[in-house]
Amino acid sequence: MSLLPWTIYLTLAGAALSLAAGRRSARAARWVALATTSAAWALTLFAAAGFVPSPGLQTIVDVPWIASMGVHYHLAADGISLTLLVLTGLASTAAVLFSWNIESDAGEFFALFLTLVAGVFGVFLSADALLFFVFYEIAIVPKYFLIARWGSTNREYGAMKLALYSFAGSAMVLAGLLWVYAAGGSPGFAFGELAQAASGLPHSSQIALFALVFFGFATLAGIFPLHTWAPTGHVAAPTGASMLLAGVVMKLGAYGCLRVALPLSPVGFAFWQGPIAWLAVIGIIYAGLVALTQQDLKFVVGYSSVSHMGFVLLGIAVGTAQAVSGAVLQMFSHGVIAGLLFAVVGRMVYDRTHTRMLEDLRAKPMYRLLPFAATVFVVAGIASMGLPGFSGFPAELTILVGTWKASHLWALLAAVGALISAAFTLRAIQLAFFGTPSPAAAPAGSNEAPPFPPITPAEVAGAALLIGATVLIGLKPDLLLDWINPALHSPLLQAAFKGGTP
Amino acid sequence: MSSLALLSLVILVPWAGAALLACLPRLAPRAQKALALLFSLSTLVLSLVAMSSFERAAGGYQFVETHAWIPSLNIHYHLGLDGMSLLLVLLTGLLSPACLLAARTKAENPRLFFVLFLLLQGAALGVFLALDFFHWFIFWELSLVPAYFLIKLWGGPGAARAAYQFVIYTIGGSAFLLLGFVALYAATGTFDFVELAAMGADGSLASKLAALGGYWPQAVFLGVFLGFAVKVPVYPFHTWLPSAYAEAPTGVSMFLTGVMSKMGVYGFLRLLWPLFPTALHDAALPIIWLALAGIVLGAYAAMRQTDLKRMVAYSSVNHVSYCILALIAVSAATGRPADAASSAALGGALLQMFNHGLSAGALFFCVGILESRSGGLRGLDDFGGVRTAAPVFAGLCGFALFSSLGLPGLNGFVGEFMIFRGVWGLAPWAAAVACLGLFATALFLLTFWQRVFHGPRAGAALGAFKDLSAREIAVLAPMAALMLVLGLFPGLITWIFNPLVRSWADHLTLP
Repeated sequence: MSLLPWTIYLTLAGAALSLAAGRRSARAARWVALATTSAAWALTLFAAAGFVPSPGLQTIVDVPWIASMGVHYHLAADGISLTLLVLTGLASTAAVLFSWNIESDAGEFFALFLTLVAGVFGVFLSADALLFFVFYEIAIVPKYFLIARWGSTNREYGAMKLALYSFAGSAMVLAGLLWVYAAGGSPGFAFGELAQAASGLPHSSQIALFALVFFGFATLAGIFPLHTWAPTGHVAAPTGASMLLAGVVMKLGAYGCLRVALPLSPVGFAFWQGPIAWLAVIGIIYAGLVALTQQDLKFVVGYSSVSHMGFVLLGIAVGTAQAVSGAVLQMFSHGVIAGLLFAVVGRMVYDRTHTRMLEDLRAKPMYRLLPFAATVFVVAGIASMGLPGFSGFPAELTILVGTWKASHLWALLAAVGALISAAFTLRAIQLAFFGTPSPAAAPAGSNEAPPFPPITPAEVAGAALLIGATVLIGLKPDLLLDWINPALHSPLLQAAFKGGTP
Repeated sequence: MSSLALLSLVILVPWAGAALLACLPRLAPRAQKALALLFSLSTLVLSLVAMSSFERAAGGYQFVETHAWIPSLNIHYHLGLDGMSLLLVLLTGLLSPACLLAARTKAENPRLFFVLFLLLQGAALGVFLALDFFHWFIFWELSLVPAYFLIKLWGGPGAARAAYQFVIYTIGGSAFLLLGFVALYAATGTFDFVELAAMGADGSLASKLAALGGYWPQAVFLGVFLGFAVKVPVYPFHTWLPSAYAEAPTGVSMFLTGVMSKMGVYGFLRLLWPLFPTALHDAALPIIWLALAGIVLGAYAAMRQTDLKRMVAYSSVNHVSYCILALIAVSAATGRPADAASSAALGGALLQMFNHGLSAGALFFCVGILESRSGGLRGLDDFGGVRTAAPVFAGLCGFALFSSLGLPGLNGFVGEFMIFRGVWGLAPWAAAVACLGLFATALFLLTFWQRVFHGPRAGAALGAFKDLSAREIAVLAPMAALMLVLGLFPGLITWIFNPLVRSWADHLTLP
């Protein structure tokens, strides 16, 4: 446990080092980045091995930082953060593997990339709202540069839109936090202190400030109708960055909702519960329908992320231990699966064919030209549909069971959403990889070399990591649930689940 | 009872074969096929082993394996085998090697075909053996994936559309099925079929669901019903079937109709009926009409087809609807003292599943033979006088046709007779309506027989129409022999499920 903060320091050091190494060669920068992320991942796994689940955050470091405001440099972890830390380690390692072909300014690319990862680690470890916010901002800035400089389609627009939405969201969060701190007379920014201060505020203020903080975070989680940055930004981003954005950074928003917004004002949560759940359900279905009509394969994956994050938000909105445990499981699962989907689309397909349009891909016998990419996409697609045997199934199942107990109608609509997700995933698989090849296509078994560069070992390794993770959690979700469930019994979350009624 | 994990082996051996084949890309195609066949045959061998040590008199589950799996969700790894499972595992074991043999060896990328087929076989076996919703649903859904690719990649010109339609329909049904089980789990806290069935039998499940209020208990029932109805398929959810069966390659059509359609009927008998005895009883009348529609309209639709493969596909709708009719007739009459009629109907439904698997599988294979001999033709009018060109083929195909038609002396007769005997005692009017279907079935199968095999040689049979090869005889002859033997001595197979049917019939009192 005590090693966890080193994930932050290590990645920051790695960022500096890869910047230096990048001056020498792109190769050196890559290896530095890979060593850094895998070391950080190893640290999280090592910490997980010795983790004893308990309700509430387990403090690791707690020193005063800005004494006059009561701000502490307070790092702590519980089962929820641990789950997401392990995910961050895994997803960033895989993302580096899928960024192996970055040649231009590789040093700077990986420096920004690792700074982003360090910020994410910091957010998941923060137990002080202001510190949380600082790390949150550290994570946002590099995204802009990663997309604007190394991105593809419409990258300036996508980067700007993403950054603006993120900053608008975080401004709302900051406003809410400062409001509680100032008006409530909180001694500091610890979650408990803020909650205590907020409970003294009038009912209407609590409702308003909850809305500020929750929707501020939910913007980054892609809540309908504030989700439009997500597909545009993810499509514009380079592969490694879109894996990280969809896989991990969207989880920051959901994590903020769960860790900061819910405990802050249980009364506000009780008021907003219904509207949030409806927005989540609408998001699941709407994004699914939009994905069904996309012509760009990467947009299909981008909208599918919004649809799947809808399940996370739904689980959080339902606000029972069961539904929220499903939501956290879904965060992990989606982090892995979205990463895999973006990896296939961006790295394996686009970097080779230079097209992502379904029309163009359809004309090529892709499953014969790139059998490995087709296989990985099919596996990722099956996992993404929520088919049993993969991590999405226990996650969505738990969310559905929890939701059903709260509202049958939400559960029914979410199940319809899962059906739509099957439809658009299958459509994408069919059009992109199993289209009707032109009659002139090479007959099977011919020995001519495929027109595309072969799949590299880095890609195979990255895909194997992610597929292994989704199958492992699909068959043994207990590995994570055993961490998550005790964490949900912390007094702060229990108060939130009860909606302020003791 | 052996300590060996026999049932796990039944499921895992085909999957192990798939994994092995996937890892051996350099193997010669013949060796690949031999290996696939070997692994596929394992099911038959293991099911015979299970049969040999099967306790004849017991009605419950045997060879049970239970291990805790996901304690926080109360999910167990739970496998078990009763007479119905054994019957279907045996059918899968008999049919799968035949399907593999029937697959054309020269097809593109045979290794992938074998891998997918073995995956499909293992998944289907898992459905028949799993007793906990969590991993039962894994098998149920995962069976779709290989089926999708088998249809799509090796199917006819319309295969892409047919495969998509097939999967979306089935997943659509499954989504509601899943939601139904979510509701059951929320109400009871368990996914275990045995526990749920016990709660269904003593009525506590119904009262727990009733707490949902409004129309939700009915909605839960409807969800589970839809999931299975699409899979069977029950009229009017059958529209995916003709194109999927017709576009799939021969071996896969055989498996789809022989084994996968049984998954739906299995779901009706294993889950829908035990879990919702009251709801099913209340909904019996409309469902009887749906089953009758499947029987009558399926048969008439088959009569109107000019494509032989679509004709056999529609005849499948007709034949599996008999199973549903028998079950629902029993459910409708539940509450009366047990009598011979209900056991006849239930036994007939089980036997019909087995028989239909054999005869429809054989028929699809015969159509496949016609297709391969004629360069892809399979219209009713494309052939004539095949009997004189290929007498052995005509003879063996005749077995399948007449078994399907229900000629006494062949196996199809026994099952349908038991169903009619049972339904007649329970709901005579329904048996009378079903007779219309029987009539149409006879008509279109005889048309098939007459147009293709008799008369002067015409169409594709004019040229060099070769008789069966050794491989084709190896597929058809055992199936035809089984049809004859089981038609004359049905006791050879009914002993497997008779105790089970008796115990079902004894518990036919509504809570």
